Amino acid sequence: MIVKNVKAYYVTRSGPEVKAVDDVSFSIRDGEVFGIVGESGCGKSTLAAVMSLTAGRMLKIKSGEMTLDSHTVALSGPIKVPKDWHGKLVALLPQQSMNSLNPTARMRNFIVDVVRAHHPLMHPDEAVRQARERLEQLALPVRVLDSYPHQLSGGMRQRVVAVISTLLNPKLLIADEPTSALDVSSQRQLIQLIQQLLERGFITRTVYITHDLPMLRNIAHRIAVMYAGKVVEVGTTEEIIEQPTHPYTQALIASTLDLDPQLRGRQIEGISGAPPDLRYPPSGCRFHPRCSRALEICSREEPPILGEEGRLVACWWVQEQSGKGYREVEQ
Amino acid sequence: MKQTQMPLLETRDLSRTFGHGEQTVDAVKDVSFSLQAGEIVAVVGESGSGKSTLARLLLRLLDPTAGRILLYGRDVTKLRRRKDLKSYWQQVQGVFQDSFAAFNQFYTVRRALEKSLNVLDARLSSSERLRRVEASLTEVGLDVADVLNKWPHQLSGGQLQRVMMARALVVGPELLIADEPTSMLDASLRVTVLNLLLDLRKRHNMGILFITHDLGQANYVSDRILVMYHGELVEQGPVDTVLTDPQHGYTQRLLTDVPRLSRKYGDPS
Repeated sequence: MIVKNVKAYYVTRSGPEVKAVDDVSFSIRDGEVFGIVGESGCGKSTLAAVMSLTAGRMLKIKSGEMTLDSHTVALSGPIKVPKDWHGKLVALLPQQSMNSLNPTARMRNFIVDVVRAHHPLMHPDEAVRQARERLEQLALPVRVLDSYPHQLSGGMRQRVVAVISTLLNPKLLIADEPTSALDVSSQRQLIQLIQQLLERGFITRTVYITHDLPMLRNIAHRIAVMYAGKVVEVGTTEEIIEQPTHPYTQALIASTLDLDPQLRGRQIEGISGAPPDLRYPPSGCRFHPRCSRALEICSREEPPILGEEGRLVACWWVQEQSGKGYREVEQ
Repeated sequence: MKQTQMPLLETRDLSRTFGHGEQTVDAVKDVSFSLQAGEIVAVVGESGSGKSTLARLLLRLLDPTAGRILLYGRDVTKLRRRKDLKSYWQQVQGVFQDSFAAFNQFYTVRRALEKSLNVLDARLSSSERLRRVEASLTEVGLDVADVLNKWPHQLSGGQLQRVMMARALVVGPELLIADEPTSMLDASLRVTVLNLLLDLRKRHNMGILFITHDLGQANYVSDRILVMYHGELVEQGPVDTVLTDPQHGYTQRLLTDVPRLSRKYGDPS
């Protein structure tokens, strides 16, 4: 799966557009969990809306192209989406998805509605049978089918929604902060469920969007770090966490409060300042006003993208340290 | 261990139930602990474990159904009169999770903070009020000229969280109840707020009850940890002991389920 040159700007009633996602490209391999990490307002949820083709009217997609298996969709302009794209090819699991259930319907009836929206001719019993089979395969209790949402815990609801949204075996599951409203034990169970869905081939690949690096450490194969609408670094999970090269990634990891006894009594520094207003993004590198390594050129020109396929970093400072063998990539 | 000095705060079998009959919920049940001046104590637990109810009880915003709260050994559980509660709030102040909800949208930072000074007994002159407001804004690391006359919507989440701390500090409290003060902030800003808590303790020997669901943060700032589960205090002790040798099953599960940077789920420590 390839996402190329996505630019998505929010239209404001007056004044400049909010450049929420600005020229983002990446590719995702089969069977992979691709993590996207960044702070609030960095454009990660906007990216999720673009990829899941659920962008609202206020979000203008300036450019971009997405290739998913044999389908290629131009994201800008009026998108002609095949009717079966949602749910069958792409499924979205948002943060509060556990609240998207119908409070007055038993799960079995809700599932019938979901499945029959795609297969109108399917018998309701067949839809429930498929859901039951899926729950059994994933070692989840079958009794949830006869429950109302309020009878299930938040963690269980989130897991059931994950199962329902992947019932049609989508090629891509976009999980946008699916665990941030859950306690740590439910978080772990949901992570393991997503891993099972991948292993059993119910979904082909996953984009996992979060602000929580320790969480990505546990699920992602590769990670892209976003800052102010741009991808600043891409690498395998080990590379990003153990050898971060971009100053922002380094600062982000340094300010993560891991449950490590060695952190006690040590002074950790956060990143000074705040993320920029994306109506008026800083010139040059968008991180330069907060960057401790900023060079003179950083405020003038956009940083070069260095490295090779699968291990990229966008930074002037890294280029200056070119002893590390980073070359500019042809875009 | 024998306590040599009178604890700043002590609770004895503090309980609060909501509802009645079959619907009764024990939000906080028989919670007993103490906190010394200059000590940071973290309360950890999952959502619904009673952490925030405990905070509201200790701030005397909610009456307990049973048990006692002692401040320097003095029973404050029964304080009812406005005058008594005001003098309690001179010593005990709170900061909360949602700084956007905490401020009146139509008040500037200056007005909101000056109103807090009404908790004091003395009527202060307007220049003295302003001096105190400016001092507490400086204390939390804000640029006074930048924020003093702004409205809440003009400030970022991180700034507003600091204003909320300044609001609590303006009356010079001895105990700060911080209920998830960082959970709406990003990782990079979170650390700066936690560092501020550490500074306050160092400068004013303030006692801080730090409520969080994040063991990583508790590990970073606190001296002792209280673990709450279904309204009960299931474990308490020094951070090192609780995190390296947890006794209660819930604490053990919590520790194995916390995602970490340094290792994956199930890896040996």
